Amino acid sequence: MARSLKKGPYIDFRLERKVQVMEESNKKSVVKTWSRRSMISPDFVGHTFAVHNGNKFIPVYVTENMVGHKLGEFAPTRNFRGHVAKKDKGKR
Amino acid sequence: MARIAGVDIPDKKRGEIALTYIFGIGRSASQAILTKAGVDLNKKVSEWTEAEAGEIRSIIAAEYKTEGVLRSEVQLNIKRLMDIGCYRGLRHRKGLPVRGQRTKNNTRTRKGKRKTVANKKKATK
Repeated sequence: MARSLKKGPYIDFRLERKVQVMEESNKKSVVKTWSRRSMISPDFVGHTFAVHNGNKFIPVYVTENMVGHKLGEFAPTRNFRGHVAKKDKGKR
Repeated sequence: MARIAGVDIPDKKRGEIALTYIFGIGRSASQAILTKAGVDLNKKVSEWTEAEAGEIRSIIAAEYKTEGVLRSEVQLNIKRLMDIGCYRGLRHRKGLPVRGQRTKNNTRTRKGKRKTVANKKKATK
């Protein structure tokens, strides 16, 4: 179910603050974050985030089209390499 | 044969049902259109007068996205998801279910016909 509009989009407070600071000082640096649940706000456009996927940080460059999605949508947590043929099983 | 919104020619059915043959118009939209045009829902398409048909046509043209326009919009939305590389886009690219359904079995609509893997009874993809 979608989030109530009354509450507005959810953005991790610390993350929002970091972006604001960057915006004011016109600096651009990669922001490491675990906050996959944060909505991408229009302020985020043009910045790069290192989004944690449970294992490592995936660099995500935010473009205009991504606004309204969550950061986690861009850092897949599963890595499917394909099925192993029966003979090869156990080798890997 | 009535011709409404481009190519569609439903006939012999009640107006409410016939209009749903147009891509982008379902039961509720169909009812809304007919009520607005002042045509009885149960009236067959063949019984529509020219004036009624014209009224329905103009309402659909003015207020609803149908057929080609709608299809291309849907495709554009999917393309946007694929281009930004989000999870839903990746699922579209792979032809797997997008909304978190299980993929251990079923989901044949998305995956297409079973592809049998040698030495294995169960089909996997």
